[in-house]
Amino acid sequence: MSSESWAHLSNALVYSTIIVLSVALVAFAADFALGTGRRRSNQRKQHKLALQRSGASDGAVATEAPTEAPADDRWARVGVSLSTLATVLIVGAVITRGISAQRPPWGNMYEFTVTAVATLMVIWVAMLPRRPEWRDLGLIVVLFNLLLLGVAVLVLYTESAELVPALKSYWLWIHVTSAIIASSIFTVGSLASVLYLFAERYERRSSAMTQGGVRDAIGARLPSSKQLDTVAYKTIAFAFPLWFFAVVAGAVWAEDAWGRYWGWDPKETWSFVTLVIYAAYLHARATAGWRGRPAAIIAIVGLAAFLFSYFGVNIFFVGFHSYGGV
Amino acid sequence: MPADAINALADQQAAADPLRQPMLGFSGGLRWLWRQLTSMRTALILLFLLALAAVPGSVFPQRGASPLRVGEYIQDHPTAGPLLDRLGLFDVYAASWFAAIYLLLMVSLTGCIVPRCVHYARNLRSVPPATPRNLSRMPEHRSFTTSAPPTEVLVAAGTALRGTRFRLRPAESGAQDSVAAEKGYLHELGNLVFHVSLLVLLVGVAWGSWFGYHGTVVVVEGEGFANTLTQYDDFTPGRGFSTSLLAPFSFTLDSFDATFLAEGPRRGQPDGFTADVTYRETPDSDPKTQRIEVNKPLAVDGAKVFLLGSGYAPAFTVRDGEGDVVYSGAIPALPQDPSFTSNTVVKVPDAQPEQLGFNVTVTPTAPDQVDPSTGPRSVFPEMDDPRVYLGAWGGDLGLDSGVPQNVYQLDTSAMEQLGRKDLAVGETWKLPDGRGSITFDGLSQFANIQVAHDPGRWLALLAAVAAIVGISMSLVVRRRRVWVRVTPDDGDRTLVEVAGLAQTEWAMLGDEVDTVLAALPGAPVAEKEHV
Ligand code: HEM
Repeated sequence: MSSESWAHLSNALVYSTIIVLSVALVAFAADFALGTGRRRSNQRKQHKLALQRSGASDGAVATEAPTEAPADDRWARVGVSLSTLATVLIVGAVITRGISAQRPPWGNMYEFTVTAVATLMVIWVAMLPRRPEWRDLGLIVVLFNLLLLGVAVLVLYTESAELVPALKSYWLWIHVTSAIIASSIFTVGSLASVLYLFAERYERRSSAMTQGGVRDAIGARLPSSKQLDTVAYKTIAFAFPLWFFAVVAGAVWAEDAWGRYWGWDPKETWSFVTLVIYAAYLHARATAGWRGRPAAIIAIVGLAAFLFSYFGVNIFFVGFHSYGGV
Repeated sequence: MPADAINALADQQAAADPLRQPMLGFSGGLRWLWRQLTSMRTALILLFLLALAAVPGSVFPQRGASPLRVGEYIQDHPTAGPLLDRLGLFDVYAASWFAAIYLLLMVSLTGCIVPRCVHYARNLRSVPPATPRNLSRMPEHRSFTTSAPPTEVLVAAGTALRGTRFRLRPAESGAQDSVAAEKGYLHELGNLVFHVSLLVLLVGVAWGSWFGYHGTVVVVEGEGFANTLTQYDDFTPGRGFSTSLLAPFSFTLDSFDATFLAEGPRRGQPDGFTADVTYRETPDSDPKTQRIEVNKPLAVDGAKVFLLGSGYAPAFTVRDGEGDVVYSGAIPALPQDPSFTSNTVVKVPDAQPEQLGFNVTVTPTAPDQVDPSTGPRSVFPEMDDPRVYLGAWGGDLGLDSGVPQNVYQLDTSAMEQLGRKDLAVGETWKLPDGRGSITFDGLSQFANIQVAHDPGRWLALLAAVAAIVGISMSLVVRRRRVWVRVTPDDGDRTLVEVAGLAQTEWAMLGDEVDTVLAALPGAPVAEKEHV
């Protein structure tokens, strides 16, 4: 196959992903509307408590039947199946794009974005068997990825082609790969923090008996705020060293390409800002009076800074990094 | 002590209420200030300020990166420009308020980290605290009864915990009904290594910018460069720089080659630069050769020589009205577009009877037809069909007026236009009225070269790597405690409790407690949780 037909195949796979993800979005929305999320998590929690608290005797198995009938999660399961299919498709799109261009397919904004979506989907789908509560993030993860793919296809699309000389370096592999993985994981964490705010508000107001409105309706369908907080902390704590590494690898590369390892180029500045904000998040988690809502808000600001360093910088500012094509 | 001492300490500091404290006079006030500065909350706020302060540097043009754009900005915004300039917004990363933030953060960090290091060193050999009275209050708690005697359970617990590298509290005299164990001291070590590395990183960065330098120079193919101040087109020294820090190397640019994509959607984009140089580390050392490419600089004596870009230098021979050669050589031209349509100026002050000047446009690959609205435009960046478009002027170049001139501009106020002509390589244009002639001898390439020396970069890199290792260690390892207590039941049975506590909540704690539990005689067979 020629380079062009591989590129066409890649585009077709991206479009297929968009279609499949859209259907998955409908499935997750249906699951969400049926409001089973919180009930499921509560069941899991009770089940676990039953295991822990029972003072079982010799050899006896500490189980207790769940008190409620299993919640109906048909729609969520449809959503997960479709998301898995979409993950396979988008990974295929990345691989075929790489074959077409004969290099790692993250050399311009379009390719970064498609690869980031693939990474996010792989991380999320791969974690589902180990962390069932991650399924409750389905709606927001799928929605976010659809938005990214939409921006990639409509705004950022670039033909498959060779790289400018400065991008031909094995540091490209190291720097960009770690940046994509770290940012995908940050994204999961910050999205969990968005949901946290809804869940926390719902829980706070459920004791005050003043619920109502859309925000509480959303909150009522979410896992507990504690679970969401844990997801956010773990993902961000995991991604932080990786992001630090990506920034350092970028500095090593810049030293070889441009003669200085740090020059406060807009892209460098914003990746630094992102790093510092997520460091503030980790600090907030360990500071009295800053846990919970303030920490969650910092995590969301971190995502905003990251998204700006990703899209905003290339579009608004002129710098060394803008030569990758928009 | 249920929570970790460090956390508790940090929390106490953050929660310290200044109003409740007794008046302690001057030294007390200082101590209070110091405690505030080194509190977690202050660190958090300073981190925020640092992030915020870094932003304007990406919004406004910066002197360090693009001094020309700063000038334009100030011209375009006559009221806001000078004000922003006074606030340091065109030089954010060297501004005093930016420095104030990161220096405060570093002071706070030092004040926070030194006591923690001392604390850590003192507690290296510390003993896990005794078993709390009420284990059922711990976040993880299991219990069962067994027919095994208490001592057997405790011995099994000790073996299991030691086997997974827990540190055990030694048995005390008297009633011995429990085992207390702790693990995960690397968490705190990793955290300390990370924070100390941040300090070292800053030292490395500061060292490099104080004693380092960087500069750029245009070198035409075949010509050379010696590392002395006068040879640079543009030079930025650090504050601690002295000329003795310039490594005495020199090099000749033997050949330079820029290639561009000839087809595909990115036709005309640069594909590669290579420069072959012969260099000497000192004037008397043996010459060596090396190829410099983008991403592959030449390293000599601590300095690095990089290729930043390229351009073309047309070579001319000019004869004046008396037939004398009054000019000969190659002159770099400034690229105007991605296809390397480039402009330059040739000034010939020695020509007789009148001085001569030429406006030159170079096209490495000439167009078939010149579009009159845009002037000549190169159609491809490589040297496929070079051509120069000349505008000749005669008269006074104005070089003696004392006003410094731009080398790329011709001051034609005292000159008259002699005509226009375009030349291919080797062609000669005889100027009107017997004023002489100009020959286009050929086109060579020049390289835009940057020389940089940063003596702090190894320290910075080392610190960055240590920081990554440290933070990974502290995020992977959890400090946690596990207790096993035995209580003889009424009959001949033993009630066994196993409990765990982690410094920060940690999902694996339950599994760890289960593992210890499973190693005890008569423990229930744990069933995997199904969801
Ligand atoms: C220079 C900027 C700083 C950065 C980038 C930074 C970054 C971090 C990060 C990423 C963590 C998370 C590690 C973990 O959770 O184990 C952390 C933890 C911590 N930092 Fe900093 N830090 C900075 C300054 C400070 C300062 C000034 C203090 C002193 C007040 C401080 C005290 C702490 C403490 C006590 C922890 C442990 C929190 C815990 O127990 O989880 N840090 N820091």
